[in-house]
Amino acid sequence: MSLPIRESPISKPVSLFVTCIVDIIYPDTGMSVVEVLEHLGIEVDFPMAQTCCGQPAFNSGYRDEAKSVAKQFLKAFEGAQIIVTPSGSCAALIRHDYPTLFADEPDWEVKAKRAAAITWEFSEYLVDGLGVTDLGARLSEKRTIALHDACHGLRLLKLKSQARALLSKVENAELTDLTECDMCCGFGGLFAIKMADVSGAMLERKVGFIEASSAQDIITGDASCLMQMNGGLTRQKSTKRVRHLADILAEGLKK
Amino acid sequence: MQNQSNNFIALSEVAVQDKTMRSAVVFGTGNASTRRLASMYAAGEAHGEGLRQQGAEAKRRALRKLPELLELAESNLTANGVTVLWASDAAEANAHVRDIAKKHGLKKAIKVKSMLSEEIGLNGALESAGIEVVETDLGEWIVQLSGDHPSHVIAPIIHKTKASIRDLFVERFGMTPTDDAAEMVAFAREKLRAEFLSADMGISGGNFIIAESGTLCLVTNEGNGRLCTSLPDVHVAVVGIEKIVETFEDYATLTQTLTRSGTGQLLTVYTQMINGPRRPNEMDGPRQVYVILVDNGRSDIYATEYAAVLACVRCGACQNVCPVYRSTGGHAYGWVYGGPIGAVLTPLLTGIENASPLPYASSLCGACKAACPVDIDLPKMLLDLRRDVVEHGKNGRIWDVGIKVWALGNRSQTLFKLGGIAARLGQKVIGQRLPEPLAGWTKYRDFPEFAPKSFHQRWAERKKGTS
Repeated sequence: MSLPIRESPISKPVSLFVTCIVDIIYPDTGMSVVEVLEHLGIEVDFPMAQTCCGQPAFNSGYRDEAKSVAKQFLKAFEGAQIIVTPSGSCAALIRHDYPTLFADEPDWEVKAKRAAAITWEFSEYLVDGLGVTDLGARLSEKRTIALHDACHGLRLLKLKSQARALLSKVENAELTDLTECDMCCGFGGLFAIKMADVSGAMLERKVGFIEASSAQDIITGDASCLMQMNGGLTRQKSTKRVRHLADILAEGLKK
Repeated sequence: MQNQSNNFIALSEVAVQDKTMRSAVVFGTGNASTRRLASMYAAGEAHGEGLRQQGAEAKRRALRKLPELLELAESNLTANGVTVLWASDAAEANAHVRDIAKKHGLKKAIKVKSMLSEEIGLNGALESAGIEVVETDLGEWIVQLSGDHPSHVIAPIIHKTKASIRDLFVERFGMTPTDDAAEMVAFAREKLRAEFLSADMGISGGNFIIAESGTLCLVTNEGNGRLCTSLPDVHVAVVGIEKIVETFEDYATLTQTLTRSGTGQLLTVYTQMINGPRRPNEMDGPRQVYVILVDNGRSDIYATEYAAVLACVRCGACQNVCPVYRSTGGHAYGWVYGGPIGAVLTPLLTGIENASPLPYASSLCGACKAACPVDIDLPKMLLDLRRDVVEHGKNGRIWDVGIKVWALGNRSQTLFKLGGIAARLGQKVIGQRLPEPLAGWTKYRDFPEFAPKSFHQRWAERKKGTS
């Protein structure tokens, strides 16, 4: 199923969709996104009416509830020209599922299709949208990092090369491997609590590979995966952490 | 087979603690996935994807034309000397096989692996009628000897270790203990030879039926497929109606993507194309070939938005890449088919009320769709089945209520903000002791702290210049 083709976002202001998890648990990551975009001279605005994209309800089978929350999203982003979000899974829902979710409500379907056509995940916005890979970022000391490919972004939005391209240009960042980097961490939204034992088993495997990797930091593009993996790492008393791509890029931009 | 799928959560809780089984499953599935990637994409990414789409299109076309192709297949099979029978459900299919045995006075059947036969409970039905049934696929034979069920569509004992098989052979047959796989296989081979030579009926499934030529196609690696379908005088094949393909070219594509996706082989060791019983001038082959075309819920699926799942060629690639399947093994799914295909087929074939947890037994990572040689959109089907579970009221009240409350809190920024404040305050009191159903989180991980200020607040302050 092909996604709607998007116009170039160059020279357009960005409306930031920060996502519910970043909003209430990792607001620093939201700030990092803003810092990176403003460093590139992008005008960023933040529609205050935003809450969530509706994914928890949609993924659990509650279409009506998903629609009610999605409508809030569409209202909040009514005037947006470009929407950027630091989450592959939220971007995938908007691009992949919003149009069909509103197939039976023509007025909302128009808004949904527009949103799908102007939404960009953070790393693809920079690399594919703006054509930027080198932010001029530099970490204060050498760091070995590896990437975890968050599932929805990887499989629905084909995100893989973008984050690697951005990180390869960060001075002092050394990219190494994470075994099974494209295997699910076990979050899966409410799956993590509904099927907690399976989620825990998947996390156990992921944490094992993180510990075995020579990387000090694992970088990923989805805060939800981050929550799952760091929750497991701290429980195992590991010193390793998973960080959001935006955070390490913003760190590299600090003077 | 009795459906235990509604117990998935309990079954999976037990399963994930079985480290030996998990290790065996991870090992077997990992090998198969590595081989699949190497063989499917041996001529490059674009070529591999092209093959997938070619096979997917062949199956899509076959499904579009299914009613017509079934009639064509019947006509051509019959012209080839095959007796074609139809079975609307398991009972009818099993009755056909019993009647055939009775008609020809058959007492002992040797069987090629067939997941459909598991689905319809054929072995039990035959044994009740006094017919001895011996599985001849090594894995299925071991399953039969240990009173177990297959846990994977092509590797029935992927959940077992070599040591446990050794112990089974020692206990059952007094085999001299050995850990050498070749020795154990040689031992099994000798035992199975005796079974092959003493049977009067061969039973198989069918991987494909080519409609345009009336050809029954099988893929096997062990030689048991050849022996079962040519040694006894009577060969009976039970085949799902969705296994029809239109042309030889379609079959040629699919038999290669099936084997590459399943085991990483370019072709299996034995690739059989059966065009009927022995002809007057031929020296061997069965004198009677029966093909029983079995519905057992497939035409019901055909009439729904899930029709595309009937393209499945039972390669097991989805099971091999599924992180859920690799954590629990196949038995936790509670029925014949596990993994992603099982999570979709089980509710569709046995009723959503009998398998309500299965569509949720997935993190929706999408690895299955990427691995499927016929490009079935399993993640989309799982999402749609979840919608169906909710509409049937089978997801559980705690979720119905919980999601409604959550949606309420997300429909407006004001309520969202209030919810955030409540969560922050609540966390100070309860810490890591989350209420149900959220408590599952802290069983395996720490829950992060809610930030003292939300992004909304930080942005507002930034705008005011007060951050």
